Amino acid sequence: METAPGADRYVLDLTALNRLIEAVREAGYRVAGPKVRDGALCYEELDPDETLPQGVRDEQGAGRYRLRTGGDAALFSQAVGPHSWKRFLSPPEQRLFTAKKDDRGFRFEPGAIDDGKWAFIGVRPCDLAAIRLWDKVFQDGAWADSAYRAIRERVLVVAVQCTAPAGTCFCLSMGTGPRAGHGFDLALTEIGNGAPRFLVEAGTPTGEEILALVPKVRAGPEEIAEGERRLGQAETSMGRSLDVDGLAELLSRQVDSPRWEEIAVRCLACGNCTMACPTCFCTTVEDTSDLTGSTAERWRRWDSCFTLGFSYIHGGSVRRTISARYRQWMTHKLATWHAQFGETGCVGCGRCITWCPAGIDITEEARLFRQAAEAVPAPRS
Amino acid sequence: MGERKKPTLAVFKFASCDGCQLSLLDCEDELLAVASEVEIASFLEASRAVAKGPYDLTLVEGSITTPHDAERIHQIRRVSRTLVTIGACATAGGIQALRNFKDVSDFAKIVYASPETIEALGKSTPIVDHVFVDFELRGCPVSKKQLVGVLSAWLNGRSLEVSAASVCLECKRRETPCVMVASGTPCLGPVTHAGCGAICPSFRRGCYGCFGPMESANTASMAAVWQSIGATGPDLVRAFRSFNAGAEPFRRESEVHEQR
Ligand code: SF4
Ligand code: SF4
Ligand code: SF4
Ligand code: SF4
Repeated sequence: METAPGADRYVLDLTALNRLIEAVREAGYRVAGPKVRDGALCYEELDPDETLPQGVRDEQGAGRYRLRTGGDAALFSQAVGPHSWKRFLSPPEQRLFTAKKDDRGFRFEPGAIDDGKWAFIGVRPCDLAAIRLWDKVFQDGAWADSAYRAIRERVLVVAVQCTAPAGTCFCLSMGTGPRAGHGFDLALTEIGNGAPRFLVEAGTPTGEEILALVPKVRAGPEEIAEGERRLGQAETSMGRSLDVDGLAELLSRQVDSPRWEEIAVRCLACGNCTMACPTCFCTTVEDTSDLTGSTAERWRRWDSCFTLGFSYIHGGSVRRTISARYRQWMTHKLATWHAQFGETGCVGCGRCITWCPAGIDITEEARLFRQAAEAVPAPRS
Repeated sequence: MGERKKPTLAVFKFASCDGCQLSLLDCEDELLAVASEVEIASFLEASRAVAKGPYDLTLVEGSITTPHDAERIHQIRRVSRTLVTIGACATAGGIQALRNFKDVSDFAKIVYASPETIEALGKSTPIVDHVFVDFELRGCPVSKKQLVGVLSAWLNGRSLEVSAASVCLECKRRETPCVMVASGTPCLGPVTHAGCGAICPSFRRGCYGCFGPMESANTASMAAVWQSIGATGPDLVRAFRSFNAGAEPFRRESEVHEQR
């Protein structure tokens, strides 16, 4: 399906990019993209008259996020915001079915499945990787989810390669960014100085079809070099890094480390990290009924391993302490995900660091675990 | 199936503002359904008629603040099959639990001409400190949706799902960017019991903690986060001492910052 990297690249100006989005709409897609709301860059549905924000820059650190607007004309000089695309692929609250009692028993009505076609504009490479992880879990295999599949199959992905990583980004360490490897229909790289300009390449035939509808010029060597220069610069300006060498095994040996308690002193068990994480996929199921007992509904809601209810089995919660819950979160992302799905569960987007109110930094905690493990040689069994 | 006898519902009030009971009257859409499913045996906010117990379900609003009420709650428990307390007063002592940090006779002397006629207990306490409570529904006021949820779970004999996790989960499900992280606005969401639907952050205000402490409230870390964005000791005392001042984790944290 996908063409080889280094395939034909073109240059778009802002008018052409807007034309591209219009062409996407004309092809029947609902468009979702970045929008400034409540002091953050959010991913939301964009109305036809809405344009992508310009001159928005972000400042991200542990437990801190600030947007500066009114800068230059650039469109994509930021990293990811608080939301990830999972809110479209598996909405935070979904009605699975309604059951109605009638004379003959029960009548089941399936919950509304989103039958629209979504185009995601501005998917960052780390999020492409997160969507790939979700596909692996929910598109096929033991946990395939029909609601996910129905939405996912129709999604058009317009990726944006990163030229301005934030202080909490570490995709380079995770091998997911700042370049978009694959998994997109179209990929943009911002190369403008002053007036916005973008390199664009298609990753799928669908992407090529859309691109055919847009006025563009073939990219010259200078433009390709400018794109490369910016991506190279992004690689050297990652805000964070994570040494993943042997990390899964290293963490697996730290089950009884006193460090978990030290983290639990700060951890609020609020669950923000799991809500913000683009790969966290846990949900809970809740049944409701009306007062007369004639209508019942089953709802699925995003859940978090930081709640007591999450590990509640037969009369009690298994992970009663906050340290046990933080350990579950961190080791699932960085260690046990390997055993479960054959790769890491972290794509290095940095959201859990930025959006943790207590500023707990998974890269820093991993570094301290490594330091402690290296001070004491690993036990040989 | 023959016509079954409707279960009886009673609502009783202790020291409180009536707001939580009114939430029940406020359930306009559901109120008729409630009235058709239960026999309202006692509900003074709605009707003067009072039927004698025993009651199948009793909702109790308000806290215990007088010796007389400390007696009355035992009588009510005796005639109630299931007893559910509703609201911050009944579950944590309410705003009137601010007296717990002072000497109530001092207040009486200032406020009343003949303070010796005032019979008040030194502390405002939740119902659960006095009698066995089947379920506590939090909030100041309680959420209409949760209240109807309690009633329908009880009427249909099914288990009740009320999450005791943080407000942050509701905040994130409704896709509000965190006000603490994005604007440095102090918010009690991480230590507060969910239920309101994270209303305040959606208006870019911090959470006030109306639903009291969540299941594993790390108030010490919360206070440290607040201090890192500029809150002072007195700010913290005030934040933890509002409608749920008497709830143990909030009380303890407020006292830590009072001493400093
Ligand atoms: S663990 Fe943190 S950095 Fe890794 S993918 Fe999740 S939110 Fe992003
Ligand atoms: S982690 Fe990498 S891919 Fe993701 S926003 Fe930051 S720079 Fe871009
Ligand atoms: S690590 Fe941070 S965001 Fe996650 S539960 Fe703990 S305090 Fe909340
Ligand atoms: S705004 Fe408040 S409730 Fe919402 S995530 Fe932030 S701390 Fe939690």
